[in-house]
Amino acid sequence: MPRTSFDISISQLKVNLLDYGARVERVIGESMESLKTRDRALAEAIIQNDALLNETRYELEDQCYTLLATQSPMAHDLRDIISILMVAIELERIADHAKNIAEITIYMGNEPLLKPLIDLPRMAELCQLMLTRALDSFAKQDADEAKAVAAMDDEIDNLYKQVFRELMSYIVEDPRTVTRAMNLLFAGHNLERIGDCITNIAERVVYAVTGRLEELNVQRQI
Amino acid sequence: MMQMQAKLDTIPAALSVAPASIVKMQAEKLSVYYGAFRAIAEVTLPIHDRHITAIIGPSGCGKSTLLRAFNRMHDLIPNARVEGKLTLDGEPLYGPGIDVVDVRRRIGMVFQRPNPFPKSIYDNLAYGPRLYGVNKKATLDDLVEKSLRGAALWDEVRDKLHQSALALSGGQQQRLCIARALTVEPEVVLMDEPCSALDPVATIKIEDLMRELRNNYTIVIVTHNMQQAARVSDYTAMMMMRPDRAGEMIEFDLTRTIFTNPQDKRTEDYVTGRFG
Repeated sequence: MPRTSFDISISQLKVNLLDYGARVERVIGESMESLKTRDRALAEAIIQNDALLNETRYELEDQCYTLLATQSPMAHDLRDIISILMVAIELERIADHAKNIAEITIYMGNEPLLKPLIDLPRMAELCQLMLTRALDSFAKQDADEAKAVAAMDDEIDNLYKQVFRELMSYIVEDPRTVTRAMNLLFAGHNLERIGDCITNIAERVVYAVTGRLEELNVQRQI
Repeated sequence: MMQMQAKLDTIPAALSVAPASIVKMQAEKLSVYYGAFRAIAEVTLPIHDRHITAIIGPSGCGKSTLLRAFNRMHDLIPNARVEGKLTLDGEPLYGPGIDVVDVRRRIGMVFQRPNPFPKSIYDNLAYGPRLYGVNKKATLDDLVEKSLRGAALWDEVRDKLHQSALALSGGQQQRLCIARALTVEPEVVLMDEPCSALDPVATIKIEDLMRELRNNYTIVIVTHNMQQAARVSDYTAMMMMRPDRAGEMIEFDLTRTIFTNPQDKRTEDYVTGRFG
């Protein structure tokens, strides 16, 4: 016996979440683009747009609370709604990290880049791919895929370590580069955090599908 | 780091293990027949001491039949018979030489509709003890007060103990019936849909009372209200009707597991409101 209107509400909530996820995925790419091309107008637009992304998160949250309060969801329904709630929060956090990168673009002004960006854009691309696959695994209720997504975080962490070492060598060689190096390091740090947020999303997918709360990618020391 | 990892690993296991408790009653392959018709089939279920066990399932799945088997209520129905094993503290409840009256004293019951006797509040409560030969006024006074306090009703009725119990509200009447069940100092209290005739406020009062009583009594509750089972019980047993119309138990687990991650698809469908 289906619960028609409730089932429609949950499906709609999932669609809303996936739409939100697609918008957040785009903003990761845009923030890196703004840094790479020193496009301050784009960076400004990202910062403006962040308020809208925050609003969407509250809307999603509100929809989840309404279903929790009025429908008394149990078992898989309960896990789905709780996961949507948690994923929405992670997505907003990811958007904040992207906004931080846009802020770095503005902060750097016209100062030339310390070095051509190679690893940072690679990190951003990986984050985008990871997020797309994580959301896909939620749509398909595929816990194995979610675990595979979480494992991709290692690659992001390795790139971050590489960026870290490289920038440190610049600073050691010429301490006057410290500000410029730190700006890029902050950008890398934000991307590394995005990878962690996506790992959290993957954990929520595993919970929704299996009912098991498990840490997927235990943080290693940097 | 390694140590923390080990600790994290143990958490899910710890949560999935039932808190240590003693099994107060145990049904093993318990079947109940009404004549040739088998109403419940081979139910195996532990009832944990001083915990609340809820029995849930769609209408007609044999929840009440199972509950009634627990204090031998079926003895009163012609043609009804029970097969299998049922124990209280490890001792069989069915068998030659068992005193049925004593079984029903140790295992009390509260019914769906409040059913106070058409007597005063006091006499409702003194009725059971008097049957068991307690006649001293001071002792009865003490028992009445203790039971009313136990059922969280004392403050509301202390000044009208000699008024008719029928003048109480439905919720108060039901708490009176719980108090009455407590007067004979049972070990287990069976509750068959104890709140289905009550409004939400009275329902919450009974549920709070159940959580209180849980400290001293073992409680088994049959309920159609899944939220109630989720709110009050520690363990939940899920029953279903088989194609031959006999009720069977399909899943038993900690209540939090039944309502967040049930293992049987039929339980999932039932608790999510997609069946029954």
